[in-house]
Amino acid sequence: MSDFRPGAPAAKGLLEKVADEDTEITSSRGGSGGAGVPGGAPAPRRPFRRYFRETGWRHLIGIVVGIFAIFPLLYVISASFNPNGTLLTANGLFQRLSLDSYVSLFTSAQHPYGAWFVNTLVIGLITAAGTVFLGALAAYSFSRMRFTGRRVGLTTLLVVQMFPQLLAVVAIFLLMVAIGDIFPAIGLNSQIGLIMVYLGGALGVNTYLMYGFFNTVPSSIDEAAKIDGAGHARIFFTIILRLVAPILAVVGLLSFIGTSSEFVLASVILIDPDKQTLAVGLYKFISDEFSKNWSVFAAGAVLAAILPVALFLALQRYIVGGLTAGSVK
Amino acid sequence: MRMSAPTTENRDPAIDPRRRKNSARARRIADSAGVGWKVLLLKIVAMAIIDALALYSVLVLMQSEQWIPIVVILLITGFANYIYFSRGNLPAKYLIPGLIFLFVFQIFAAGYTAYVAFTNYGTGHNSDKDAAVNALLLQAQERVPDSPAYKLTIVERLGELSFLVTDPDGVVEIGNDDNPLEPVENAEMDGSKAVGLDGYNSLNFSQIVANQQEIAAMAVPLSDDPNDGSLRTPDGSSAYVYLSKLVYDEQADTMTDTRTGTVYYDIGTGAFTAEDGTELLPGWQIFVGFDNFTRAFTEESIRGPFFSVLAWTFVFAFLSVATTFVLGLFLAIVFNDPRMKSKKYYRVLMILPYAFPGFLSALVWAGMMNQEFGFINVVLFGGADIPWLTNEWLAKFSIILVNLWLGFPYMFLICTGALQSIPDDLQEAARVDGANAWQVFRSIKFPLLLVAVAPLLIASFAYNFNNFSLIYMLTGGGPRDATAGVNVGATDILITMVYKVAFVGSTADYGLASAFSIIIFLIVGTISIIAFRQTKALEELN
Repeated sequence: MSDFRPGAPAAKGLLEKVADEDTEITSSRGGSGGAGVPGGAPAPRRPFRRYFRETGWRHLIGIVVGIFAIFPLLYVISASFNPNGTLLTANGLFQRLSLDSYVSLFTSAQHPYGAWFVNTLVIGLITAAGTVFLGALAAYSFSRMRFTGRRVGLTTLLVVQMFPQLLAVVAIFLLMVAIGDIFPAIGLNSQIGLIMVYLGGALGVNTYLMYGFFNTVPSSIDEAAKIDGAGHARIFFTIILRLVAPILAVVGLLSFIGTSSEFVLASVILIDPDKQTLAVGLYKFISDEFSKNWSVFAAGAVLAAILPVALFLALQRYIVGGLTAGSVK
Repeated sequence: MRMSAPTTENRDPAIDPRRRKNSARARRIADSAGVGWKVLLLKIVAMAIIDALALYSVLVLMQSEQWIPIVVILLITGFANYIYFSRGNLPAKYLIPGLIFLFVFQIFAAGYTAYVAFTNYGTGHNSDKDAAVNALLLQAQERVPDSPAYKLTIVERLGELSFLVTDPDGVVEIGNDDNPLEPVENAEMDGSKAVGLDGYNSLNFSQIVANQQEIAAMAVPLSDDPNDGSLRTPDGSSAYVYLSKLVYDEQADTMTDTRTGTVYYDIGTGAFTAEDGTELLPGWQIFVGFDNFTRAFTEESIRGPFFSVLAWTFVFAFLSVATTFVLGLFLAIVFNDPRMKSKKYYRVLMILPYAFPGFLSALVWAGMMNQEFGFINVVLFGGADIPWLTNEWLAKFSIILVNLWLGFPYMFLICTGALQSIPDDLQEAARVDGANAWQVFRSIKFPLLLVAVAPLLIASFAYNFNNFSLIYMLTGGGPRDATAGVNVGATDILITMVYKVAFVGSTADYGLASAFSIIIFLIVGTISIIAFRQTKALEELN
């Protein structure tokens, strides 16, 4: 989430190109060819040997890599449909199909999966919204205003990221214990407290992504609005925020995905099983009874993954640029 | 409703100072006129809520006499009020909300980590000396033999239990864990036993049973001096005097065991220590200087594991980047051919591992690699017994393999982007000069690609250096190194070691864990600064 990314600004340019790559780009790049392949225009009907030498082997590699990529996911989906399955019986792929594991996921009293799911959603959404808001405010001032300490401020944001919250986990834990002694509502074992900790990492890489995007909005728009009598707040909330909506979506999404799979801080701060998130709950669940309830775990994992994967695939085109520039998973 | 901005603005830069001042004022007026009354109302309401919360926290903090947080809260709220209700200071208005969180949960947390690294904070050393003395005396309490019984009624007020006792002389007193016994009058008597008091509820038998554990743990001091002992009850109806076998001598600052006669001194190590070296725990928190760092580098039982963890962290981070980059680049080249059809289907397949939440992937792989029941051993290797995650070297290999699965899509994406951004005419020029495909790649494409992706490779290295969830979810750092003095295993990296030293197992050593955090920070910071110099990323800030 708040990892230090020295390369983020530099890499932006080239990564935006990735986003367009989905559409096949056959037309403009005729004669160049890839490494190891002789040039030449593709013939409509090629003998197999030539076909294989030119593109067939590429498909072969694609299939092998595709299997490598997809297999663990098929395995976990299969395991989730395996009724009362253990780790051993999950090995028979798609042999028995039932929704039992999904049902017991929500009905068993030992693990409040529904609560974990809701907690993860709520914590993730609030953190994402807060991160977008705080980051946009800061990016607006860095992009549009000139003040003493602006350059220093930008550099400091980068330097601070060298000490990510992950490293400060001990201090954050002790701080939350101390806060919890006096204000239990925002201290240890409080979700509000966890969200506040996450928001501590809101400025940083995200601000940089936004700052770069804000700079691409011409400041003549602000000036025109100013001449028409709009104040800074009106310009920010009604004009700028609309123009930078794509980057807000990207940052919000990255923050949501990052928060919803964050383990270290959540595991240290949230103690009651009812308050925990999916990452903490599922880890504890599987480390307590590893092989026995494998299919229940698999069902939990599939459900937990559906939302992030769907978001990622649906918005792939838009977020690949931001994602590769802004964070490494 | 809105004034148009004065037309004198932006006219002539060389206008006289007074007019410039006027125009600045006019702009301010225009600015504030632009803020509608709704926004103003919203601002006032928001600040009112924040001020009310701050006031509430200050009142609560005053009760527990925490003066430093009070000052901090007052300063921050005062500053925020000043900024939002003054004209001007526009940048601050936009920066403050984010900065407050940043200061408390990142900058302060970083500073506090540094502080803790210089203390002995941890199990047995987590409070101050007074608390440690009280805890020791309480812990060593034993019933005074043949001491008379106090008649006892357990009473409750506002959820807090107290002892209402009638001592052998007939004096009625009340007290609880935090408040020593005090005489009371007007108690409701049943014979010679006090059974009730105004403002308190007396517990009946079933309530006593329901609160059994809490009542058994209560120790009500006889007086302010902890050496006087305290009252405890085995049954909820009579209490006995318990006296500590330890006696604290405040003047000499020593603990004496009254039965063995051993004297424990405060020798500055944060615990009372006898001459033969035995420590009385709990101790208290003290400042230990560079002790934690020296321990990490010199103490045999920590230095060995620490160095091997450090080495593996570097190897892991480097191999993670190298393997994913090589596979990603290879695939990018393979699929970067204009003649190839249906590339996008392969792309979707290959992005899936990246879209799947990382911690879940690691847990699923941990299941597949299970030695007895896992899919890989049972199906792929036909029932083999390969210790993928429990053999020191195989576990390391497995981690790199799973990380390859997790990370190659990312490298594939960025390499594809970089390859496509290389202008075609360079390659064509090289071809015209007679270079073959390999030479074009080796001398033109690869160097250009490397320039573009180098910052991302460095970032990826820094990320994998702290790749907690992969290691912790896949192997948990295991197999455990039984000879190590700290709880680490063969595949632990520094950050999982920090977590385990501080939070896993029965003893926690926050001081040592923080010292490791600082060491990680120094390493990653140094690498990053070198990377900065190389990529000159800072030059893009203007």
